[in-house]
Amino acid sequence: MANRPQPSFPEPDTQHFWDGCKTGELRYQTDPDGNVVFYPRGHSTVTGDRGLSWNVSSGLGTVYTYSVVRQNRMPGFQELGAYAVAYIDLDEGFRMMSTIVGVDDPTQDIHIGQRVRVEFEEQSGEDSYPIPVFRPV
Amino acid sequence: MAQERLAAIAGIHEYPLRVAPGVSSMQIKAESMKRALDDAGLDWGDVDGLYDALDGEGGGGLGLAAYLGIKPRLLDTTQVGGSSYEFHASHALRDIAAGRCNVAVTTYGSTAASMRVPIGTGGMGRGGASWQQNMEAPYGSTLISNYAMVAHRHMHEYGTTTEQLAQISVATRKHAMRNPEAVKAMTDLQFVKVDEITVEDVLESRVIADPLHLLECCMISDGGGAAVFVSPEIARDIKKKPVWIIGAGEATKYRENGGDITTSAGAQSAPAAFAQAGVTPDEIDIAMIYDSFSITVAVMLEDLGFCAKGEVGQFIEDGHLAFDRPGLTLNTDGGGLSSNHPGMRGLFLLLESVRQLRGESTSQVDGASLAVAHGNGGLLGGTHTGGTVILAAD
Repeated sequence: MANRPQPSFPEPDTQHFWDGCKTGELRYQTDPDGNVVFYPRGHSTVTGDRGLSWNVSSGLGTVYTYSVVRQNRMPGFQELGAYAVAYIDLDEGFRMMSTIVGVDDPTQDIHIGQRVRVEFEEQSGEDSYPIPVFRPV
Repeated sequence: MAQERLAAIAGIHEYPLRVAPGVSSMQIKAESMKRALDDAGLDWGDVDGLYDALDGEGGGGLGLAAYLGIKPRLLDTTQVGGSSYEFHASHALRDIAAGRCNVAVTTYGSTAASMRVPIGTGGMGRGGASWQQNMEAPYGSTLISNYAMVAHRHMHEYGTTTEQLAQISVATRKHAMRNPEAVKAMTDLQFVKVDEITVEDVLESRVIADPLHLLECCMISDGGGAAVFVSPEIARDIKKKPVWIIGAGEATKYRENGGDITTSAGAQSAPAAFAQAGVTPDEIDIAMIYDSFSITVAVMLEDLGFCAKGEVGQFIEDGHLAFDRPGLTLNTDGGGLSSNHPGMRGLFLLLESVRQLRGESTSQVDGASLAVAHGNGGLLGGTHTGGTVILAAD
């Protein structure tokens, strides 16, 4: 599918993350003490301090857990058939929701602990944001 | 163990219909409040505290009092999902003990079934831009798949099986078949089979989101109800025996980098509640646990302290759950799986706890004296709340 729901803007916390997706970068934040902050925010979730730094992930991670959606009533997803929703633990220490692509049968070919790599799925529509998805390595 | 008796539940009502076309949520709330006050022998004008979860057409502290036509001196609009009513009981204990009110009510009304609200499968992408929506909406996660991710991880880490989880559905259905309102609910909602079920039935029902099957998912019904919280002075003169709120705890949990998804907010709220109550999990007779899905109950049995983390599969195989078996008894009204789930089940956990401690349940446990009601609000595998309430018979 190249027609996923798009992020909505203005939304100041996640703008820079999504700008990164347009340049093929999976971006995450760290605070001055090196604590990883994700999902993106304006403050450190450990100290409350502002002034976070942006970093670029290697895009490599591990499937922490997943489910395969067999039934849904969402526009744009209803015709997909079974698809995976997963939490991916990136090697830099942040966890994100995503999906896993490039498998024949998501009910059989995905497992917890599987190594995956990010790719950016182009979306239909002018000026749309590519969506980060993961493919088994 | 000496327990402080600072606030009690004096009256309850569970709206009997699960399919109620032509009725508004606000009407369900008002009728339920009247009947709960009748149950206690109290009057409309006695109510001086109002808790609400912002449900219904124009509810909340701002709108509900106006609709009801009352002028309480305490208003609390705590909306934390399906556990809101455990939070209300917690706040009522605090507020009544502090003298802020003497007769407080929480009400619930929903027409989720009649309105065909796809709670479990409709997706999480509604609403405007937010930091979290922007990160999750593209992936088509449903509420059920979120809970299912917890189940997958639990199975992976601890070897928990679908057969073990299915026992939760089996025991709950057994209780439902003894509850005429639950039988009517399943009939009116056109369940394929309105009868007791087996583990095989659960395994053979279709998968909604791996690894959760249809018979591991709660129903979507209409419904509602009310509970009346009172001070010890009021409790002396009510129609029935009061049921005492002796402990409460609140917590929240959410997706965290490196976090453990198999442990819920209940692991924080339950110890606080048990400590305040001065009782331990092994003293509890009745566990009313929010059974949105089988996995919710499994995680909560661990987080409430009935067994260690990861051992719920063995705990289930050792017995428990059904009212006529030794050990802990679960969800004797038939639960959200088989009796009543209009979207926020937390209220019904309190109501059936009260029935058990009064000796009025359709699956009564002889001599039940202590119950725990634990609500989970939001997404077990994402942002959620846990509310634990310990209740004692008079």
